[in-house]
Amino acid sequence: MRKRSITLLSDGTLFRRENTLYFENERGRKPLAVEGIYDIYVYGHVSITSQALHFLAQKGIAVHFFNHYGYYDGSFYPRESLNSGDLVIRQAEHYLDRERRLELAKLFVRGSALNMERNLRRWKVADGFSELLEELFEELEDACKITEVMNVEARIRGEYYARWDGHLPDRFKIVKRTRRPPENEMNALISFLNSRLYATIVSELYNTQLVPTVSYLHEPGERRFSLALDLSEIFKPAIVDRLATRLATKRMLSKGHFREELNGVLLTKEGMKKVLSEYEKELAKSVKHPALGRNVTKKRLIRLEAYKLIKHLVGIRGYEPLVAWF
Amino acid sequence: MNYTPNYNSSNHKIRYTNEYNPATYPLDELLITGTEINYLFICPTKLWYFAKGITMEQESEWVDLGRFLHEQRYANEEKEVQVGRIKIDFIRRGDVIEIHEVKLGRSMEKAHEMQALYYLYYLKRLGIKAKAVLHYPKLNETKEVTLDGRENEIKAAIEDVERIKSLPVPPKPVKSKKCLKCAYYELCWI
Repeated sequence: MRKRSITLLSDGTLFRRENTLYFENERGRKPLAVEGIYDIYVYGHVSITSQALHFLAQKGIAVHFFNHYGYYDGSFYPRESLNSGDLVIRQAEHYLDRERRLELAKLFVRGSALNMERNLRRWKVADGFSELLEELFEELEDACKITEVMNVEARIRGEYYARWDGHLPDRFKIVKRTRRPPENEMNALISFLNSRLYATIVSELYNTQLVPTVSYLHEPGERRFSLALDLSEIFKPAIVDRLATRLATKRMLSKGHFREELNGVLLTKEGMKKVLSEYEKELAKSVKHPALGRNVTKKRLIRLEAYKLIKHLVGIRGYEPLVAWF
Repeated sequence: MNYTPNYNSSNHKIRYTNEYNPATYPLDELLITGTEINYLFICPTKLWYFAKGITMEQESEWVDLGRFLHEQRYANEEKEVQVGRIKIDFIRRGDVIEIHEVKLGRSMEKAHEMQALYYLYYLKRLGIKAKAVLHYPKLNETKEVTLDGRENEIKAAIEDVERIKSLPVPPKPVKSKKCLKCAYYELCWI
């Protein structure tokens, strides 16, 4: 009875009649079993009735909205049902204490970098990256301001992107060697997936006692759920970058999956459909977890990361970011 | 039916101090829940997380199943009777009040029994004489529990709950067979 995510790509109306949620469009009316829904991702033009929202709130189902370009707009984040005053205090305490905040911020950057390193090795383009990381990690340790941490992070990312391109086919280079606007297929793909990942993480945080607005690497309130941004540093390379690379190198996406608009290259509806279905498949894949000794889905790894953070904040065990072993 | 015990407000703040002191613990007011007593006998780690609001029950299919069973099988009973801090599955009124708890299986029997005992003890404090019946609808069995001669057992349990709740970090989990079905499994072992 695992609950699942629902993606609405087509246009229509989401409404409630009695105790059933329906999605209706010209192709018909489809009942959605509300007990089986974990969260909803809306890409199409969808009207939602307030009755439907009441119902979703009651069931604790978050709804994430994406705009015409597939970028994240915002979420219907129902009233929190999981509260732990104790944990909120500790989250805030770790933000307010400079040392503790720095420690966490550095851990997110470290974890992110180690996942990038794994990717580059996997793609056999890691030349010199590990040695570079050693140096940059030393700098990271010495950083005593968040801006310095951010700075190191940006440099790591730059080195990573430069090497990553070496593995990508010409049509899907991130940094295209042409004088066109910077937007291109790969950038469009990565941004689209990052938006989706961010919303996935927001959903996971909603299902824990963590307050999603108190963050460490990113400034709280920089965007609304900045803790999801912190966690996405770990999962962007481990999930999005790998998936985007696979889509590009295995020729799963063609020119027809993209369209050019004034403000750059975008995925078409068909492209989004393809990418989202691959994303769902990817998150549903399970891997054997060495610590738990059981299989967990990649999506579950996000939740587990939240649990590790809780244990760090409570003082049970120091946070060690996930480094993709799979 | 909704009794609210009259708390002595001057004593009330004792509950919020971090240090547990048996001498000052106000045994004349009972502030812990049946679930907490139950968890004490299942796993102190789980009790600690639960008491701090780090709950996982929303993840548990077992909890859903229990709720479903309760709703289906005892549809006509007077359900979820809240008395102060405790919430009884259902009650029947006769010569003495009967409190009924519905459980899935026998594996946590001790925990079930202590939870029922705690309810009886709680009600006795309010001057209500009662007896308890544990229901195992899946096994088609019931079991009666009375407080006679067991007050000290429940007093010790109450103190244990308070002691564990006052710890700064949860007790180290001990891996056992019951971990495999526990909603806290991932939190404990990650």
